[in-house]
Amino acid sequence: MAKLVEIRDLKVEATTDSGRRVEIIKGVSIDIAEGEIVALIGESGSGKTTIALTLMGYARPGCRIAGGSVSLAGKDMVTLSEKQRAKIRGTEVAYVPQSAAAAFNPAATIMDQVIEVTRIHGLMSPDEARARAVDLFRALSLPEPETIGSRYPHQVSGGQLQRLSAAMALIGNPKLVIFDEPTTALDVTTQIEVLRAFKSVMKQGGIGGVYVSHDLAVVAQIADRIVVLKGGEVQEVGTTDDILTNAKHPYTRELLAAFEPKRRQAAQVAAAPAPLLQIEGLIAGYGQIQADGLPAIRAVENVSIKVEKGRNLGIIGESGCGKSTLARAIAGILPAAGGSIIFDGVKLEQNARRRSREQLREMQIVFQYADTALNPAKSVEEILARPLAFYHGMGGKARSGRIDQLLDMVRLPRNLRHRRPGELSGGQKQRVNFARALAADPKLILCDEITSALDTVVAAAVIELLKELQRELGLSYIFISHDLSVVEAICDEIVVMYGGKKVEEITPDKVKAPQHPYSQLLFSSVPKLDPTWLDGVEQDPELVRAYCRR
Amino acid sequence: MKNRVLSLALSRLLIALITLLIVSFAVFFATTLLPGDTASILLGQAATPEAVEGLRKAMHLDEPAIFRFLRWIVGLLQGDLGTSYANNMLVADLIGGRFINTLKLAGVTALFSVPIALTLGITAAMLRGSLYDRAVTVLTIGVISVPEFMIATSAVLVFAVYMKWLPALSFANEVTSFADLLRIYAMPVITLTFGVSAQMIRMTRAAVIETLSTPYVEMALLKGASRPRMVFRHALPNALGPIVNAVALSLSYLLGGVIIVETIFNYPGVAKLMVDAVATRDLPLIQSCAMIFCLGYLLLTTTADIIAIVSNPRLR
Repeated sequence: MAKLVEIRDLKVEATTDSGRRVEIIKGVSIDIAEGEIVALIGESGSGKTTIALTLMGYARPGCRIAGGSVSLAGKDMVTLSEKQRAKIRGTEVAYVPQSAAAAFNPAATIMDQVIEVTRIHGLMSPDEARARAVDLFRALSLPEPETIGSRYPHQVSGGQLQRLSAAMALIGNPKLVIFDEPTTALDVTTQIEVLRAFKSVMKQGGIGGVYVSHDLAVVAQIADRIVVLKGGEVQEVGTTDDILTNAKHPYTRELLAAFEPKRRQAAQVAAAPAPLLQIEGLIAGYGQIQADGLPAIRAVENVSIKVEKGRNLGIIGESGCGKSTLARAIAGILPAAGGSIIFDGVKLEQNARRRSREQLREMQIVFQYADTALNPAKSVEEILARPLAFYHGMGGKARSGRIDQLLDMVRLPRNLRHRRPGELSGGQKQRVNFARALAADPKLILCDEITSALDTVVAAAVIELLKELQRELGLSYIFISHDLSVVEAICDEIVVMYGGKKVEEITPDKVKAPQHPYSQLLFSSVPKLDPTWLDGVEQDPELVRAYCRR
Repeated sequence: MKNRVLSLALSRLLIALITLLIVSFAVFFATTLLPGDTASILLGQAATPEAVEGLRKAMHLDEPAIFRFLRWIVGLLQGDLGTSYANNMLVADLIGGRFINTLKLAGVTALFSVPIALTLGITAAMLRGSLYDRAVTVLTIGVISVPEFMIATSAVLVFAVYMKWLPALSFANEVTSFADLLRIYAMPVITLTFGVSAQMIRMTRAAVIETLSTPYVEMALLKGASRPRMVFRHALPNALGPIVNAVALSLSYLLGGVIIVETIFNYPGVAKLMVDAVATRDLPLIQSCAMIFCLGYLLLTTTADIIAIVSNPRLR
């Protein structure tokens, strides 16, 4: 096969806020053959998107291609003029963005944007372009291919937009398509369909592809070869099978290992007289309170759960299923409209404002985004000192000693205490976020998607930390996530939620054989490392219609 | 979805009407708070107490304020602006001609300032960070910082006193030819354009820069779109809302806030009429002028709001 892409010794520089030049891509060389799909995989900041964009001769504002060559079909994208590059963009190389929802102009119809490439480059008449777009919509198995183009971007779902953005990339008949994490923002049940559509269109057209992702399992389904990146350098290159079965580089092995979470040893169930937390028929939601005393939009309907002392409950479901609302209602941030919360034998007020300080102390919540949950103007020390003073009235030496202990507990070096959140990495911030909850000495911690903003390897380390702390301190967790493998790794019971309702309660060892049809659909949709998984997995069309909002 | 646009637009109109009512209330009672008794001022120092009393009765000044307010507002609704205290002419007649003058001045200024401001704002955003952009930014900040009377008097000094190109005063009624029109309007229009454009340039630049950094504009770039196409097809339609609002706010200033310019150039507009009315304590005239300013302001901002609502595809 002839070479389509030759990247040689590519260097990209970024200018930091202080004006310093930093090399973020340090001499990368990659080849792509015609019709081959190559995956770039790595954690955030590894430079995978930056490399992919140089294939279009583009570097994001603040970045600059500093050296090397990116040859695409014989033309070096680095040395071409901006006008010449514009001619190639859309016709020879096209881009499928990470968030199609943001990449579509809200003020123009979908069809106008899909066929814009043909208009810019004068490829065909608008009527021909429209006909070709409809063909592509059909090939990407979009609903109502004839009319979907006349809608505006906000009128179609996320999964549909992602496929429409693929149509937008394919309309100019490119030789190479760049997929930039195109399914990361989608639910797993939707992801399958989108991945299948991408794969079949690419294979049929014999189009070369670059697939940027952090998810090895997704990449395994679609890529011929995998390039593992870290810190702007290539760590390992190999065919998909090679990488999955015979990884040589330690970092690749770490990535693979993060995929096989070690199951927590089931806690010895002490014969506790009463559960730690018992929730009966909880109802919570948003909007105006109606005549029946319930909110207009109910995000959580009649959910009952139970958490035993020293055991963990996982709550799993897709976006919009009400899992975060449930956590907020339990914590009393969003007062529940109905139902009862019994914590440690005492009935709690629905509104956190009316709970006693001791009750607040015993139940802590940790939010998904440490970036927004930590005050950027305060140092780590001040962030941790606040709950110590508030709940325990600690001051002076005692408080300072306790902060050291807390930092030790979450495995952070003590000298970090003077830094501000902006000077910490994502994993470190999430540890501080968690240490703040620990500062209260709680009995129960509500963890709301605390690992989903973290890279796979970092997330696995945070989960390990949570398990250790549980052994030492005898805590209980309610662990909310959309990621089954995370929940499996740490929870003793798993609650599956859909549309605000609890559909099934299951233990991790029975995850292979769920009872409720939605759980079956959800669990079977989680990608596996096996490259044949996507072709083999069968989704019951009835179930898909019933449960997926595509 | 059409209904949502309609109901949103109607609710804007309703809010405008309520605002107008509140303003009329405020205007009426603020003017009655002016110190001094109208009747005794009108009759002068030599008037007998009986004469003052009689005039007060004739002018309904002895009634409680709320009745006078209702009488006034009902009159307004019927198109009766009242009679001037100072010279017994109908307020409508007094304002009529002046109002047309003000509209003329505002119209000519808008005709120049809006295209100039939009062009400068958009091009500065497109060439962000360039020498041109910095020059425009520095100039607009400079112009905002210089008070209007300073610009106006400097203009008179340069063009009328030293160069003798233009008349120092603008008598709008003496226009007979196009050359006259240019000569008479040149200085007030230049002064107002300076003041009004600066705000519009800054807002336009900011709005366009914000939309230029969105992912969909980056997507257009990666589709091979040229720079003008990115700006005019993708960025500008989405920046329309804030731009229209900035334009409306600036233009509404032209209807009521041009007192300084009208006074310096002796231009016979409504603002100058109102200043004169304050001097003679001519309450009906003051009130009517204030209401006209408010109406113009609301008309422009409400139009801008409705344009922003209609141009938002999410509401379509």
